[in-house]
Amino acid sequence: MDDLLREFLTETSESLDTVDNQLVRFEQEPNNAKILDNIFRLVHTIKGTCGFLGLPRLEALAHAGETLMGKFRDGMPVTGEAVSLILASIDRIKEILAGLEATQAEPEGADQDLIVKLHEMVEQGMAVMSGSAEPILSAPAASASSAGSTQGALVVQTLERALRPGEVSLDELERAFQETAIEVAPPPAAAAPPAPPKKETKGETKAAKKPDGDMAEGDKVANQSIRVNVDTLEHLMTMVSELVLTRNQLLEISRRNEDTEFKVPLQRLSNVTAELQEGVMKTRMQPIGNAWQKLPRIVRDLSGELRKQIELEMHGADTELDRQVLDLIKDPLTHMVRNSADHGLETPAERAAAGKPEQGTIRLSAYHEGGHIIICIADNGRGLNTERIKAKALQNGLVTEAELEKMTEAQIHKFIFAPGFSTAATVTSVSGRGVGMDVVRTNIDQIGGTIDIKSVAGEGSSVTVKIPLTLAIVSALIVEAGGDRFAIPQLSVVELVRARANSEHRIERIKDTAVLRLRNKLLPLMHLKKLLKIDNGSSSDPENGFIVVTQVGSQTFGIVVDGVFHTEEIVVKPMSTKLRHIDMFSGNTILGDGAVIMIIDPNGIAKALGTSVASSHEISEENAASRASAAEQLTSLLVFRAGASQPKAVPLGLVTRLEEIATDKIEFSNGRHMVQYREQLMPLVQMAGVNVQTSGVQPILVFADDGRSMGLVVDEIIDIVEEKLHIEVAGQEAGILGSAVIKGHATEVIDVGHFLPMAFADWFARKEMRPSMTAQSVLLVDDSAFFRNMLAPVLKAAGYQVRVAPNAQEGLAALRSGQSFDVVLTDIEMPDMNGFEFAETIRADQHLSSMPIIALSSMVSPAAIERGRLAGFHDYVAKFDRPGLIAALKEQTAELSKAA
Amino acid sequence: MTQEANMTAKTSTPAARQGLGNNHDSVAEYVTAMIGGQLFGLPISRVQDVFMPERLTRVPLSPSEIAGVLNLRGRIVTVIDMRARLGLPRSEDGKPPMAVGVDLRGESYGLLIDQIGEVLTLPDDSREENPVNLDPRMAKLAGGVHRLDGQLMVVLDVDRVLEIVPTQLAA
Repeated sequence: MDDLLREFLTETSESLDTVDNQLVRFEQEPNNAKILDNIFRLVHTIKGTCGFLGLPRLEALAHAGETLMGKFRDGMPVTGEAVSLILASIDRIKEILAGLEATQAEPEGADQDLIVKLHEMVEQGMAVMSGSAEPILSAPAASASSAGSTQGALVVQTLERALRPGEVSLDELERAFQETAIEVAPPPAAAAPPAPPKKETKGETKAAKKPDGDMAEGDKVANQSIRVNVDTLEHLMTMVSELVLTRNQLLEISRRNEDTEFKVPLQRLSNVTAELQEGVMKTRMQPIGNAWQKLPRIVRDLSGELRKQIELEMHGADTELDRQVLDLIKDPLTHMVRNSADHGLETPAERAAAGKPEQGTIRLSAYHEGGHIIICIADNGRGLNTERIKAKALQNGLVTEAELEKMTEAQIHKFIFAPGFSTAATVTSVSGRGVGMDVVRTNIDQIGGTIDIKSVAGEGSSVTVKIPLTLAIVSALIVEAGGDRFAIPQLSVVELVRARANSEHRIERIKDTAVLRLRNKLLPLMHLKKLLKIDNGSSSDPENGFIVVTQVGSQTFGIVVDGVFHTEEIVVKPMSTKLRHIDMFSGNTILGDGAVIMIIDPNGIAKALGTSVASSHEISEENAASRASAAEQLTSLLVFRAGASQPKAVPLGLVTRLEEIATDKIEFSNGRHMVQYREQLMPLVQMAGVNVQTSGVQPILVFADDGRSMGLVVDEIIDIVEEKLHIEVAGQEAGILGSAVIKGHATEVIDVGHFLPMAFADWFARKEMRPSMTAQSVLLVDDSAFFRNMLAPVLKAAGYQVRVAPNAQEGLAALRSGQSFDVVLTDIEMPDMNGFEFAETIRADQHLSSMPIIALSSMVSPAAIERGRLAGFHDYVAKFDRPGLIAALKEQTAELSKAA
Repeated sequence: MTQEANMTAKTSTPAARQGLGNNHDSVAEYVTAMIGGQLFGLPISRVQDVFMPERLTRVPLSPSEIAGVLNLRGRIVTVIDMRARLGLPRSEDGKPPMAVGVDLRGESYGLLIDQIGEVLTLPDDSREENPVNLDPRMAKLAGGVHRLDGQLMVVLDVDRVLEIVPTQLAA
């Protein structure tokens, strides 16, 4: 293919994608002259280049489109119809370009239909304009362009300064463009244009003369980057992979030979290789925005087709990922956005009826998270229809009624990934053909990614896709099983556990299923050698072994291996076609010592684990979660005895440490007990009726904050319990918040805020004094007096000014009272207006919309966090997670204090 | 540290091949190999190299014909156990096998053989059809028979040798 033509094709298709997007934006902001200028320039460039290359069909079409856009510039009202027409023209241009690419000649056909429509639109627009009383700013331009239906629109462009000698005005330049175009246009496309090279130089010199000209600007951008063939990059990547392997081999050799003179240069080589690898990877990186480029247009078309008002929000478009990965997720993403628009969002009428704004939102976001890219497609539509999914799952025979009974909503929602599953009652042109989500899932599986869906009925749904950053070089854990080594991608490894008989972590058995009790959860175990059928049976110890705790999607399981070596950067080589059907392996690699080993595919293992085990495990987990929420807010409480025989309790989250201090370490100075603790003097505070022990050890609760610690002397630490904290009788005594029933006993809940100043009188004061210049103010909204009383001192101690409000209405009143707050901290479960509604109200208030809001809840489940995110919370913190709360506050106010 | 038997048949020596080609209209060169006591010939144009397979990694769950994979100068080679492929019993003599390297659609394979023999140039005319009573497993992979002095040489059809259908038994 002609170089010139190839260049033209690449450049034009890129420009066209931009035009698509710009047009959609333009339709929303018809008064944004900058966008219009951009579009105009792009189309203009296309038209100009077509002229040079002798592509009359393209040129005529681009020209007609440009004329219409010229009218917009002159003030013609922008209608959706007109934009649709231009988009249609651009589609036609793309068709022609595709033909051009395939045959190197413009395909046969006429575009008179579109051109006529475009002209009609121009005339209509003119009629509207002359009809309106508005003065037309550039009358000569308008008349010139209307006359120019054959000549092309000439838009007078003024330059802010006088022309220098030798310069050509933009108008002249444009006229020259058009004339050249007409000269070239007549010969048929098949006859190769003999003139282009000459014409092009002419154009270039003109552009060069014109520093403010459009072309010059384009040139500047172009000089910053070069086009490189993808194959070249791929080859480079392969070579770097080889280099990494060789480096690994050398490192392995030097590891074996302790002192060699190669060590230092080898280290250097290693570093350079790593950097080179990173550099080459970077060349393959592309912003995910490239895969999103077509979406605004698609959404716009859909909103017309489906008669829904849809807003597309895109966050993190500059998040970069490997080109290869990008190509593979492009289609799934498009599909999911279509799904959201078609199934997810309701019609304006339905939305209004549900009390939602008529315009629905699809939010697309992408960000990095530990070697993965997380892409989230969320909509605030109706959510998944669980009942319909159930019915469909039954109908398709995926599940029995009895099984369904036992399933949680989240599990039912997962059925949408089953092959041939579509709940749409009617098949629209957009989606609903039942080839959707399973294909999406397959595509994502292919690149080692995972997909998850969350949905809250009536609130919307979100699909989260987690994909590895790159496929070529990954970090892997090398393990041994049955005498062979295997690599497990580090990305899916959560932790390593050494299981031994008679220890806390030991492998237990439920009938024939091996499980591990890990932090009160039962982890299903799979013996790698049994899975791979390489069990020689001899060396197997049923109770010992290394367990690689692995996570695939929401499934966590342990892979039992015989040994664990080290982690190594491995270059993934595809499996031989003869072995690709084995789904336990995702590839193979050559280790530093030259051996080939298999890379375990955690997805394959998860599959082998069987859905039965997996789902039962998930059920138990979900059940635990639902139990927690049913029992409304379980709180970890530290129960102790101090003074009276009646137990006392304090939320564990407030206590920094529990210590037992030898009594001989306790000193008495300045009228109070002290102890040297972590190289500081820590004052000890006694509760009423508590005496410091004279022998043995003294149990104390340590409360630390900002480098200061205080110890609360207690008689005995009894237990840590999980209990719902419900203060039934308010306290009379100072230092006691009230009484609650804990483990069947009436227990006094102490007020830590009362004791802190007893250790340092200025415990709160110093903080308030010191940062007075920069003190951040916090509005704390909570319906429970206990939490208000408990949290306010904590926040004050951390240096914040606190105002409390007992409910959302008072919170709003405080916010609107004119007092300025830096951050809002709110409970979720409140009567009348709950935290979600409160946040939504704040978000909707134009004066407050940027106010950081932190949700404070004892109910921290993924679903709640998701809902909070949708409602507009910046952060979600567990109620008793004091360090977490302070950290979240610091983060949300960091920007402000920087400014202060 | 792959020891390469330097009897590697140079496939790309056009001069040599042409010289022979001038004498006879249609001859074929074969690399001969012993597998389970039977002489086989592999068309020399398909043979990349001959090597001693070292550090063979078995692939769990793979078809029994696949002996494993190994690293040959940075390439991962899939090694086919020819005895298993031909339905012959396993080698008992404990001698290390050798491997003939062949390529198929950009992938490298090594065919495990007992012993490598000489390179023979044989006229195509003397090649005979497979005897009807040839073991069906062998017949599937054989592309004819040459009668040599005192023994028969079975011509191996490399493409058919590599047509290993992934047995679902393994999965």
